[in-house]
Amino acid sequence: MLLQSTSLSFAYPGQPSLSFPDFSLSGGETVLLLGKSGSGKTTFLNLLAGLLSPSHGQVILDGTVLSALQGHRLDLFRGQHIGIVFQKPHLIAALTVKQNLELAQFLSNKKGGSPADLLQDLGIAGKASAAVGTLSEGEAQRVSIARALINKPKLILADEPTSSLDDEHAQRVITLLKSEAAKIGAALVIVTHDQRVKSEVSQVLELKSA
Amino acid sequence: MNLLTLSWKYLSFRPLATGLNVILLAFGLAIITVLLLVQHQFEQKMTRDAAGIDLVVGAKGSPLQLILSSVYNIDFPTGNIKMEEAQRISRSRLVKQVIPLAMGDNVQGLRILGANHDYLDLYAVKFAAGKAWEKPFEVTLGAESAQILGLRLGDTFSGSHGISVGSHDHDQHAFRVTGILAPSGKVVDRLVLTSIESVWYTHDEAGGAEPDTTTQGEEVSIVEEEGTLEEVIDPHLLPVAARGFPISDQEREVTTLLIRYRNPMAAIQLPRMINSGTSMQAASPAFEMSRLFELLGVGISLLKGLALALVVIAGLSIFIALYNSLKERKYDLAILRTLGASRGQLVALVFLEGISLTILGAIFGIAFGHGFLALIVEFASQEVVSLVDPWLFLPEEGLIFGYALAVGIIASLIPAWSAYQTSIAKQLTKT
Repeated sequence: MLLQSTSLSFAYPGQPSLSFPDFSLSGGETVLLLGKSGSGKTTFLNLLAGLLSPSHGQVILDGTVLSALQGHRLDLFRGQHIGIVFQKPHLIAALTVKQNLELAQFLSNKKGGSPADLLQDLGIAGKASAAVGTLSEGEAQRVSIARALINKPKLILADEPTSSLDDEHAQRVITLLKSEAAKIGAALVIVTHDQRVKSEVSQVLELKSA
Repeated sequence: MNLLTLSWKYLSFRPLATGLNVILLAFGLAIITVLLLVQHQFEQKMTRDAAGIDLVVGAKGSPLQLILSSVYNIDFPTGNIKMEEAQRISRSRLVKQVIPLAMGDNVQGLRILGANHDYLDLYAVKFAAGKAWEKPFEVTLGAESAQILGLRLGDTFSGSHGISVGSHDHDQHAFRVTGILAPSGKVVDRLVLTSIESVWYTHDEAGGAEPDTTTQGEEVSIVEEEGTLEEVIDPHLLPVAARGFPISDQEREVTTLLIRYRNPMAAIQLPRMINSGTSMQAASPAFEMSRLFELLGVGISLLKGLALALVVIAGLSIFIALYNSLKERKYDLAILRTLGASRGQLVALVFLEGISLTILGAIFGIAFGHGFLALIVEFASQEVVSLVDPWLFLPEEGLIFGYALAVGIIASLIPAWSAYQTSIAKQLTKT
């Protein structure tokens, strides 16, 4: 198993504790994370990314216990092995498309992936030296996928990646995420309540409200 | 891609705010640069030019004026003194050396100073060409004077009366250049040096033709009343005195005396003796100059205060710019963290931005300062300011980088702390 979570729970200060079901995922597999608002989807994603540390339980990615890593080692591990796609692209506006990808390589201290090739794969090679502000929403989201993929991560986390896109782009983004994850053998976790996505993925993990 | 590139991209992404902050800081630092340069060079020049002169004796008047005119050749002389009286002082056992000086003429605003060879030794001059004057009307040009006048060895020129441009010319006697000095950075650079006899003889003959030419009260003219035609032998043939006082059978005058004491006792006794016992006055260059700097000090402190205020405002402005841009960029910071950046790298990024801004400010500030000074010197080539070399770089200018660095670090402290504190998960969930 590439990704494994066991008896995870997390409590925000002054709020009841949230418990999450155990689950595991192999490389190349995709799982859809569903649940009502407030069921803790985003919290679960943050725990899987090591952005929050659980009050109980643990997340193991490729044999590494995330909560055992601290400080810069955790940051670096995340940069190297986990790619995150957010609801909005959140690219660094001061940089060009290509520089955004190079920044991800620099911060994770991981050279290797070619930004140009990746942009080619995602169909935005022509935008490599464009300023981020000139991109359309769909293009920007594809760049943010490229940024999540550039370091060839083992785990890709996508938080509502299609919610701000039209049908055509949503379709394209989901297809890209699935095919690119399969290509590098990464596990893919998608949080969504987008019907368009649900039809694309068979494996589903439903979070119950506390 | 690295942190420095990233910080630079962020800065150039907001060119107006960045430019404003850099310029604001640069102006403050430019004023400090100008003050530093002017103060340093003036003080150094003033001390160097007065080295070896313990006391100046001249006609009664303002002691500061006496020092400015006879040591630095800036102000007008206070008047003349009788040579007989001056020679009496030189015989005092308190006096080690006396250099008599005679002034009264200029050539294109450059002063013609009558002196003896001791004056050359006082400033340890070196000759670029030729040698010191030996006969009347032979002159030695200071390096800058030679350049301004465009004269070379053997050339002749005539002086004009008075010590500023615009008076009538003495065309009866042409001076001949027999020596040109190497640049020394001292007062002699801008002088036209000759013997005291030359100054006398120029006015001997002018005296008959143009009787009284005092156009301003302080102007000095050495006019000989006596001196009948039979007695005057062609002055060009007589050798001049190289040391001590010139020899004359007539009643002559000199303008000032530069005195060196024989012993420390002289510093106490001699000035009092001269000021109370004679019709002359004695003034100490060290004392008068420290008094002048004290007076100028008020103005300098005021400018320093203004510069400091500008630097502080620039610091505040940089702080506000960093703080605001950081508030807009909290999401960016969280993204950077998810991409693998450590808290330390975010802090470094903020500091790099602040410090890049201030280092730029320092570079521009120093450039502005020197440029501004060069402009002033260019437009005031005849004034005292022209003594300042605008392209001299002082080690103290390193301090300006120090100030700038301090401003950058202080302005970045709070923004850096807030960057350090950013919680990624909280920031990313907030939409």
